[in-house]
Amino acid sequence: MNNSNLYWFRKGLNNGIPIALGYLAVSFTLGIAAKNAELTAFQGALASITCHASAGEFAGFTCIAALSTYAEIAIMELIINARYFLMSCSLSQKLDSGMKFFHRLIMGLFVTDEIFGLTVSVPEKLNPFYMYGIAAIASPGWVIGTYLGVLFGNILPVSVVSALSVGLYGMFIAIIIPPSRKNKVIAGLVAVSMTLSCIVSYAPVVRNIASGTRIIILTVVISLTAAILFPVKESRS
Amino acid sequence: MANNIYIYILIMAAVTYLIRVLPLTLIRKEIKNTTIKSFLYYVPYVTLAVMTFPAILSATDSVISAGVAFAVAILLAWFNKSLFQVAVFSCLSVFIIEMIISFLQL
Repeated sequence: MNNSNLYWFRKGLNNGIPIALGYLAVSFTLGIAAKNAELTAFQGALASITCHASAGEFAGFTCIAALSTYAEIAIMELIINARYFLMSCSLSQKLDSGMKFFHRLIMGLFVTDEIFGLTVSVPEKLNPFYMYGIAAIASPGWVIGTYLGVLFGNILPVSVVSALSVGLYGMFIAIIIPPSRKNKVIAGLVAVSMTLSCIVSYAPVVRNIASGTRIIILTVVISLTAAILFPVKESRS
Repeated sequence: MANNIYIYILIMAAVTYLIRVLPLTLIRKEIKNTTIKSFLYYVPYVTLAVMTFPAILSATDSVISAGVAFAVAILLAWFNKSLFQVAVFSCLSVFIIEMIISFLQL
């Protein structure tokens, strides 16, 4: 590992700490869902280490509990995780065109909401070791949390679980607010996105749309409208 | 036919991985089209905003504690506090507000 890679790896480890803590809390509740679907702690952890997807795993466990067919679970995962497709498209633009293929293959394992949020917000090109650093600390948090959730689902005080569950959202806010301060278009987009998301979550009829689908539809519609109305000129800085 | 849990997990993992890895491996060049470029540039902000709100309001035991955490996070982020600080202080505010709420209810 050369100096630059080492620098980014360590930076990733550092910035991955809040993700790891948030993951511990979220995946703990995920473990409880896995237990309800009659998975063992090992199976829950296996799902977490191979998927790294909160909503996707929740949905998957629900399907398993309902004895769904294999086709049903595949379609469910496709719909719920479709937002990662958009994120990966976006992230692909942060990669050096000469980046080695195996880096791309490994990075594909770790495109989660949180890791994407961090990696896509680096200036210039993304060094894969930044992503590996974040993953090296965040992924164990996710997997261990799930494992412990299956084993000790009901032991941790409710107040602690409750407090930990906003950590991830706090992190999202820390990613989107500073650029909003500098760029009025982004600020407007963030406000519009939250407002529309709120309306779609509570208004009659549309509130029945599953959250994964809601995220995809709103992301595509709002981003596309913004791209047409406010095209980004020159470089993507 | 009894379904095997390991096959379920394999399907979950395979579908999720393909969704993530295909764009990363297939899109090798910089996209030149301004609209597509702008679209992809805006995606992270929009998707993170949509995922955060209003979901954050139902993440905790009380809407009040969640609302306070949301406000605290925005305020700290506005003043460029680090990711870790924003996350920790929003968690702490939930913990404190919920203690106050349960204290008032006693």
